Amino acid sequence: MDVLKKVPVREQDPKVRATNFDEVCKGYNKEEAMEEASRCINCKNAQCVKGCPVSINIPGFIEQVKEGNIEKAYSVISESSSLPAVCGRVCPQESQCEGKCIRGIKGEPLSIGKLERFVADYACEHGIKPEVSFEKNGKKVAVIGSGPAGLTCAGDLAKLGYDVTIFEALHEPGGVLVYGIPEFRLPKKGVVAKEIENVKSLGVKIETNVVVGKSVTVDELLNEEGFDAVFIGSGAGLPKFMGIPGENLNGVFSANEYLTRSNLMKAFDESSATPIMKGKKVCVVGGGNVAMDAARTALRFGSEVHIVYRRSEEELPARVEEVHHAKEEGIIFNLLTNPVEILSDENGWVCGMKCIKMELGEPDESGRRSPVEIPGSEFVIEADTVIMALGTSPNPLISSTTKGLEVNKRKCIVADEEFGRTSKNGVFAGGDAVTGAATVILAMGAGKSAAKGIHEFLSNE
Amino acid sequence: MYSILKAEELTTNIFLMVVKAPRVANACLPGQFVIVRTAEDSERIPLTICDYDRKEGTVTIVFQIVGAGTKFMADLKAGDAFHDFVGPLGVPSELITGPIEETKKKRILFVAGGVGTAPVYPQVKWLKEHGVNADVIVGSKTKDLLILEKEMEAVAGNLYVTTDDGSYGRSGMVTTVISDLVAEGKQYDVCVAIGPMIMMKFVCKLTKELNIPTVVSLNPIMVDGTGMCGACRVTVGDKVKFACVDGPEFDGHLVNFDEAMKRQTLYKTKEGRDFLAAKEGATHHGGCGNC
Repeated sequence: MDVLKKVPVREQDPKVRATNFDEVCKGYNKEEAMEEASRCINCKNAQCVKGCPVSINIPGFIEQVKEGNIEKAYSVISESSSLPAVCGRVCPQESQCEGKCIRGIKGEPLSIGKLERFVADYACEHGIKPEVSFEKNGKKVAVIGSGPAGLTCAGDLAKLGYDVTIFEALHEPGGVLVYGIPEFRLPKKGVVAKEIENVKSLGVKIETNVVVGKSVTVDELLNEEGFDAVFIGSGAGLPKFMGIPGENLNGVFSANEYLTRSNLMKAFDESSATPIMKGKKVCVVGGGNVAMDAARTALRFGSEVHIVYRRSEEELPARVEEVHHAKEEGIIFNLLTNPVEILSDENGWVCGMKCIKMELGEPDESGRRSPVEIPGSEFVIEADTVIMALGTSPNPLISSTTKGLEVNKRKCIVADEEFGRTSKNGVFAGGDAVTGAATVILAMGAGKSAAKGIHEFLSNE
Repeated sequence: MYSILKAEELTTNIFLMVVKAPRVANACLPGQFVIVRTAEDSERIPLTICDYDRKEGTVTIVFQIVGAGTKFMADLKAGDAFHDFVGPLGVPSELITGPIEETKKKRILFVAGGVGTAPVYPQVKWLKEHGVNADVIVGSKTKDLLILEKEMEAVAGNLYVTTDDGSYGRSGMVTTVISDLVAEGKQYDVCVAIGPMIMMKFVCKLTKELNIPTVVSLNPIMVDGTGMCGACRVTVGDKVKFACVDGPEFDGHLVNFDEAMKRQTLYKTKEGRDFLAAKEGATHHGGCGNC
């Protein structure tokens, strides 16, 4: 074994997986996990923990994996995370724990994400549940949204003895984990539902079909339904469009709609009645993880898929692993290309997209070199489907119906990083609702901080 | 689960159900809608609210069979339950949320077409309860398809029923009745038209000529109903709006109906259209938004 290299992880062959919705990565078995864990040099001043937004005791759990004590490893992780099977799959480890791993200086960093995933999957297969030992303190907390921020906040508060109810607008809990991230990256029944069950086993109640701001307001939860505090983890659900001509043609979708149809509404499953457009040639506009998810979903429906992105490969905001997987599966990348108009046939259906070539100019405020149009370089890509994956912004349904809740100019709720406190007493917020679209793990970190904040607030009352 | 307390076939293929949904009943106002799912893995179906009872915690919905999902819904009986029932969604009618003194000064005309009579009813009822008498035109293809006539009569100032085939009430389209009423000397400050897209389009064309500001209620394709998917986007003036969170009611004189009608056909199949045409025969005009 080469200690400088990760134990390779088994994946479905790209040609095969391009035609199915089964999980791409098969994960480690116990043998492989123990071998990979043995590469950990157990640093005294572990940098990896600092890179983790929920501060999992990484060397601690890896030590247990090394010895083959997977159940113990799971309880170490559970001290800090309620969703390890999810995080092991979708965290950007390369820029967090693994990005800080000392092993990474000379060789490849430890495969911390795959080890976390193995431990969580092992626990699930063997019926190991997070330990529950706490007394109820009689205080009620409402959590709005059952995505990563809400589930984490609710789990942590339940462990502290709070009576927690999560309110979910959709018919199924999980937020972006169920509507956004596709089955082939994050299986819903096998992984997401199981982790949500674990949170419920802590005593957390989940009420679905409640659109806070419409069905009930935050003020009503506090004043009429007897909640002592509220956590808002409602995410960033509003899709952005470009504002170019032709965006309302038949065949233009937001990535949110396309992915929600496939994931939450189960169009990926052939027995589902949910309609979804299975285009011959699909253009996905954008370069983030959501763009990759939409592109790879369309590919699995049998479409020829192009990613159209205005900067170059280096600036793609998607995780390197996702871009790599997308390329392996046969997604075509049209980089330094920006749509200017969507073209229609005589019946109002998309028949192509007029684009312009771009070149990179000076760095903009994000530090990335900003794309500049090359005059006269317009050309047409033939397509019958266009999916806009340009990012999302927070939904104003809650902020606009809650008195005294401050939002910034991007409609994000203003909350402090340390404890998630908002401008309204007793109301806390975190995740994409505060930061705008970000990652699962950052939302979990914010849910965790807010749980601390709520505990402190209600302990000092 | 949300129990069905009452299920009734009002007329061929149009059903009324009273559903126990306390949160919705407590918060809803006329003009808003709900999304229902019959069973696990069913589609999400948006339906406008027809009536509600805050004390009983119930909401009344009226729907027409237009596809597999609504067919499945129609098979439900009193004692059964919906798997999901979420709302209220959308913005309440402006006539109801605006200052009541202003509303009282207005001469209001409602124009209801087919199953669109259901969402018109709670608005007229609310206004009546607040001392405002509104005129109502109800249009139906034929006498047998007319719904909620008695209920509407009880709350409307004047009720004008018309059938396309002249089998009951006045004869002809709702637009004919509007023209006739205006010719008879009636004056209106605002019109609210709810029905098939093609009806709303032609009502708006006429009221624009007559200079009567007109509100329409759109029921486009949507998934979540909370602003997340953007499937329900509609062009109003020079702006793109989401019907689920910005609507469902819009200034009808600014709505791009041709685009909206095209968008409604997005997932319609040739088989489905043929089925509806065959079923409805000569009365099938197309453009109803269901075909």
